[in-house]
Parts: sequence; structure tokens; C-alpha cells
Amino acid sequence: MDFAFMQEAFLRLIAGVPLTLNLAFTSIAFGAIFAMLLALMRMSNIKVLDWPAQAYVFVFRGTPLLVQIFLIYYGLGQFRPTLDALGLWGFFREPYWCAVLALTMNTAAYGSEIIRGGLQAVPHHQVEAARACGMSGFLLFRRIIFPIAVRQALPAYGSEIILMVKATSLASVITMMEVTGLAAKMISQTFRAVEVFVVAGVIYLVMNFIITRIIMAIEWWLSPHLRRPPAIEPRLEAAHV
Amino acid sequence: MCKAPQAPLAFFLRLAVTSFRSGLKKAASNRLKVYPSLKNKGTTMTIAKTVGLAIIGTALAVGGASAQQKTIKIATEGAYAPWNFTGAGGKLEGFDVDIANELCNRMKAKCEIVAQDWDGIIPALTAKKYDAIVAGMSITDERKKTINFSLPYASGPNGFLVAKSSPLAKMPGTGQTFNLATQKEAAEKAIEAVKPLLKGKSIGVQGSTIHANFADKYYKGAAEIREYKTTEAHDLDLAAGRIDAVLADSTALIGTLEKPEFSKDYVLVGPAMSGGLLGEGVGIGLRKEDTELKKAFDDAIQAAVQDGTVKKLSEKWFKIDISPKG
Repeated sequence: MDFAFMQEAFLRLIAGVPLTLNLAFTSIAFGAIFAMLLALMRMSNIKVLDWPAQAYVFVFRGTPLLVQIFLIYYGLGQFRPTLDALGLWGFFREPYWCAVLALTMNTAAYGSEIIRGGLQAVPHHQVEAARACGMSGFLLFRRIIFPIAVRQALPAYGSEIILMVKATSLASVITMMEVTGLAAKMISQTFRAVEVFVVAGVIYLVMNFIITRIIMAIEWWLSPHLRRPPAIEPRLEAAHV
Repeated sequence: MCKAPQAPLAFFLRLAVTSFRSGLKKAASNRLKVYPSLKNKGTTMTIAKTVGLAIIGTALAVGGASAQQKTIKIATEGAYAPWNFTGAGGKLEGFDVDIANELCNRMKAKCEIVAQDWDGIIPALTAKKYDAIVAGMSITDERKKTINFSLPYASGPNGFLVAKSSPLAKMPGTGQTFNLATQKEAAEKAIEAVKPLLKGKSIGVQGSTIHANFADKYYKGAAEIREYKTTEAHDLDLAAGRIDAVLADSTALIGTLEKPEFSKDYVLVGPAMSGGLLGEGVGIGLRKEDTELKKAFDDAIQAAVQDGTVKKLSEKWFKIDISPKG
């Protein structure tokens, strides 16, 4: 291992971090909204809403992300006249938006199942207690169901966020120069695969370490009821009683 | 719902640090509990040494055996028509495949040709996954630092492929040939003449190639350069209109122009560059230590170039003669 070279590799690969995080968080933000929508569709008990959502989740969870990226980028690229006519070519022309679209569609499918699990695991007695207090409809959802569901879904959703950060590495196949893309380029110039990939791995590890800590902090913040209460110091006067 | 903690940022930081610390402590104590034998350094080292020696021993034995049989494993990319590509039946075909078979016949060796992705083709050679690369690879100084090359078996200049309707179709220097090594000034003047036309355009190149290096060096500021995994991928994007031009070997571009989607509306333009950064022609990539194999390939290539076999194969696949001269 050549540490001077690894330092050089680190400095070159770090330039790809903004794009990696940009791709990950843009698609997670869009994907979370879409996932919520899908989860609600699935739980609506209305067949016309439930079935399309089920089919969507089945297709996007059941096919590799790489295939989805290829289909969206190179596949739709062949239908340029149609996309031009629809005014969508400006969007599909850019590899960035194609990558964001593929990542968003993918995380929405996984995320919707996580959110659905969280919502369905809300204890029924809590809902009943809320109803007894006179809450219903959106108020019930906003005050009781949603906060409990978020706490239950967060650990699994945290894993999904980490998976998304790693999934951005696939965007390099459609010319996006994020960390993995830059690593591949550097290897092709230096032919030193081990050092460059070790550095790339470390960069992902650091990013994901920070993300897991943030998620843990949010979890901690959201669950004061699970923390041990602060020990109560016995009052000094008590000794004299 | 919940009480927000005071000074959230400081709070998060403290939480991150303490949990990290406690995590480390836990990990350390776990290791001691589960693997007490690790404390006994002496034994561990002996085991490691024995295992290491055994591995080296096996590697030597395997290496020796494969040198005795005369099977040469050759890698090609299989996605660089007409140099090398995967044909309709899933078989590797193309100029490189014909050259490899021809040379093997002359060397009286048994050859096995395998497909390998371009961006890992050199690391896999040094890792001994195969013995030679016949994949339209240009001989460059950069690559020579890692591997050895045979004598060139072909040499072709580069060029741009653009749509006939694009303003780039009237690129200056079309039809002229320059050598970056011997005609440096004239070549750089021709490149400067092309630059204004490329402003705001995007050029597709295959990553890890001399063309990617060439584009990075000469056109980086003038145009947006996008790197693709294969030439087929940048051809698709040119057809879709995502990029304005493809910069590649003119022989590969001639191959692209033969496809029905490209033959009508696309054209090969720009100054034809070779030499210098673009290498001394196309050779067979070999490991540095395999000097005997290099000699065998060199002799076979010389003979095949001299009796016109390379010229014949070149005309079969490219319609032009790109066999090395002189």
C-alpha cells in the first residue's frame, strides 16, 4: 500500500462526494413523498388505488436498479420524437435527471413498504384511546398515528437511506462522475485498483457513518419515553428525618 | 409531542461522540472475550506464516504447470465493433479475433479468447486472469508503465462522428491527417481551429481510452466531455441527441457508420490525429515479465504484416488498410 498515492486518490475522489450526496438526497426527498402516497394508496382499501400501488411496488422492487437506470436512460433515449412531442425531452436529455428519476422510483417502492409497516404497527388501543378523546380523521392521523408510525419506521428507513447512498454508485454507468465514477476513471489511468477502491470504500463508510449517527440522534430525540429517567438525587434534608 | 432538546447541534455532536466511544469500547471488550487466543501472538504468527507459505507454494505450482502447456489465454473487449464484438451467435468476432487466431496459428499455440470489460482489462492481465490483450489497445507511455506491448499490428487515426444536420458537420480540418509527435505545431493549430465550433457542445468518449485522455487534454475547457463505458453506449446517446459528437478511433467510427441507424444522417469529420498522446499504434498487451511470449508475438506479427495477412484482414473489417507501415 502506497499511502502518498492513497492520499492523492482521496483528494481526487472527494470531489465526487457532492454529486453522490446530491443524487442520494434529491431522490430520497422525492422518493419519501412518493412512498408516503403509495403507502396510503395501499392502505386505502379502495381497489383502484390499492392495485396500481401493489403493481408498482412489485415491479420496482423486483427488478435490479441497474436495469431500471439503463431502461430510463438508454431505453427512453430511443423514443426521442415522442418525448420531444410531449415536451419531456429536456428532462430525459440530462443524465442527472435520469439518475434521480430511477433512484426516486426505486426508493419509493421500498420506502412505501417500510412506511406501510410503520403505519400498520400502530397499536390499535392507542387509536381507540384517541377516538375516545374525540379525535378522528386527519387530526387523529396527524397527532397519533403518524408520530408513532414514524418512530417505528425510522430504523428501517435509515437502512434505506444508507442503501440509497450506495446505490448512487450505479449512476456512473450513465456518465455521472460521482465517487465510483471518479474511482473507475482513476483506476483506468493508474491501473491501481486496490488502493483506489479502498479509498472509495472508506469515503462511503465515512458518509454512511455520519448518516447513521444523524438517524440515531433523531431516533433518540423522538423517543423520550424509552429513555431512562434521570436519577433523582435524594435531598440532603431527608437524612435528618 | 416531544420536548425539543436545548441547543440541538451541540447535543447531536455530543451524542455522536459518546456513542462512537462506547461503541469502540464495546467492540474492544468483545474481541477479548471471544478470541482469547489472539493474545497469544507467537502461535498466531506461526500459523499465518505456514498458511502464507502454503499459498505461495500452490501459486508457484500452478504457474509452472500453465507455462508448460502451450495454451495462451487472450482477452478482448467484445464491444468495439469492428475491432472486436460479440456476434449474433454470442461468439466473439472482429479484426482482433481474426488477428489473435492468425498469430496463434503462426506461433503453433492453442489459444482461448475470452471477453473482459474494458475498464478492468489491464488490472486483470496483471492479476494473471489471462496472458494477453488483443482488444484494439493503443500503445501509450501511460500503459507501458504497467504492462508491456508487442510490436503494433495496426495504426489508425481518430475523428469525430456528428450528425449531418449539426453545425459540427462543417468542422475544419476534415480530411487532413496530423501526427501529434512529428507535426506537433500543425496538429495543435488544427485542434485550436476546431475549438470555437465546440463551444457549449458535448462530446462523448469511451472512458479509459486514449480518446478520453486526448479529449481531456485538448478539448476539456471548450466542450463538455462525457465518459461512457462502451463505444456502443456513446453511439446510442449520439443517436438520441444527448451528445453532439463522438470522439473515437476512425476505424470504430467507420464501423458505426455501417449500421443502418447511422449511415444516412451521420458523417465522420475533423482532423485525423495520431501519435503522441494517442500512442504508437495498436499492439498486444502483455505482462512485463513474459518476455518470451512477447518475442513470439513480435515474430508472428512481423511475419503477418510482411506477407500482407494483416492488410487483408484490415480490409476485410475496415474497408481500409490500417496495417502498420515501415
